[in-house]
Amino acid sequence: MTDRKIIIPGEVIAKGNEYLPGEGTEKQGDEIVAMRYGLAEESNKLVKVIPLSGVYQPRRRNVVIGKVENITFNGWIIDIGTTNNAFLSLTEVPRYVNKDELEEVMNIGDMVIAKIWGINKRGIDLSIKSKGLGKISEGIIIKINPNKVPRTIGKEGSMINLIKEESGCDIIVGQNGLIWIKGDKVENELFAKKAILFVTEKSFVSGLTEEVKKWFEEVKGK
Amino acid sequence: MTDKQFKRPDGRKVDEIREMKAKVGVVPNADGSAMFSFGKTVAIAAVYGPKKMHPQHQQDPEKGTLRCTYNMLSFSVTERIRPGSNRRSTEISKITGWALEPVIMIENYPNMVVDVYINILQANASTRCAGINAAAMALAHAGIPMKDMVSSVSIGKLDKQLVVDVNKDEEDWEIGEGATDIPITFTNSGKLTHIQLDGKITTKELKEAIELARKSCKEIYEVQKKALKDVGGVE
Repeated sequence: MTDRKIIIPGEVIAKGNEYLPGEGTEKQGDEIVAMRYGLAEESNKLVKVIPLSGVYQPRRRNVVIGKVENITFNGWIIDIGTTNNAFLSLTEVPRYVNKDELEEVMNIGDMVIAKIWGINKRGIDLSIKSKGLGKISEGIIIKINPNKVPRTIGKEGSMINLIKEESGCDIIVGQNGLIWIKGDKVENELFAKKAILFVTEKSFVSGLTEEVKKWFEEVKGK
Repeated sequence: MTDKQFKRPDGRKVDEIREMKAKVGVVPNADGSAMFSFGKTVAIAAVYGPKKMHPQHQQDPEKGTLRCTYNMLSFSVTERIRPGSNRRSTEISKITGWALEPVIMIENYPNMVVDVYINILQANASTRCAGINAAAMALAHAGIPMKDMVSSVSIGKLDKQLVVDVNKDEEDWEIGEGATDIPITFTNSGKLTHIQLDGKITTKELKEAIELARKSCKEIYEVQKKALKDVGGVE
């Protein structure tokens, strides 16, 4: 992994025609210039900026956790912490639902795990037609900074798998910063929560997975 | 024109900026925030958004909107000022927006607004410049796409002498031709985004003032850059 450093808008990240501009960057002449504030990363000559702060930007195929805000005649309005509220259509529910009984499937205030399947000018469309998606009925939900989600998941899920293993809980991380934790005991859930908050606090440390392993050993040793 | 013998009230050199302090992430609830100070002038900027524009009739379906609000807190000056907006703060809000608009790229956020709230905690002249500097950092911190950073400085003409970063004593200069205050904003790449002038100045002097500002903005940019890079600290 190359050295990552904080970049500010307008700063030249790389020079030379062999580099390609990725997300958050622009090519000006033979220079790659940052267009936003974040960490610069280069892999295979592709230069991009990883955001450090700011609001959550929804993307297609993101798994998110949201709260039912309202019920319309053909679906639910879900608040996923974005500027536009997301819409979960009746047809995107994996079973037959009578139009008069929408609130029996999900009522206002219920939490739901969903996947973004489309973003257009009008808003965001959600789906729960996949494994692991749907209404949440048990467990706890915590909120972290959405920019720290990649760190919490780790490379190919290394971090989240470690936390799952150590705490014995089932965890789903929504890309919008909401995390669902489900364990057989409340103590385990709170333990997983503690671990995740530890990760978010230390999100600047490199080699974080090792650090977290050490932390687990320390806590378990007590 | 640069008179080495010229004495400024606080003993600074003619091209010396007051001590600058900058920090980002000062408002935990905002999406991005920053503090910037020139000596005793302290400004805090908080950025919220992009979020849906409210009231709805102000929504622009073509592009996003930048909404700046400049506010001087009632205790920021020696004699308490009435809180809330007034003629002066409305003007500065507008001007701040115009100074920042050329660098921020919110074309892809239709019907949305980026709110920038600038509060002056302590005023000792050059508050709008401190406000713009803080706002630029806060916008970057909020992850708003930007082409470049902007830095702002005020150039003063005291009698016939050009000075950088005027303070309150200099703003009230009454000897000779009196004081002319020229706030100027530059991008890091050297483009001018904002200049204001009310007072008397010759064309030649104005050109000199702009060059002086260009040089000073580089110094300010370094301070802003350092503050943004220090955040969180890659320990």
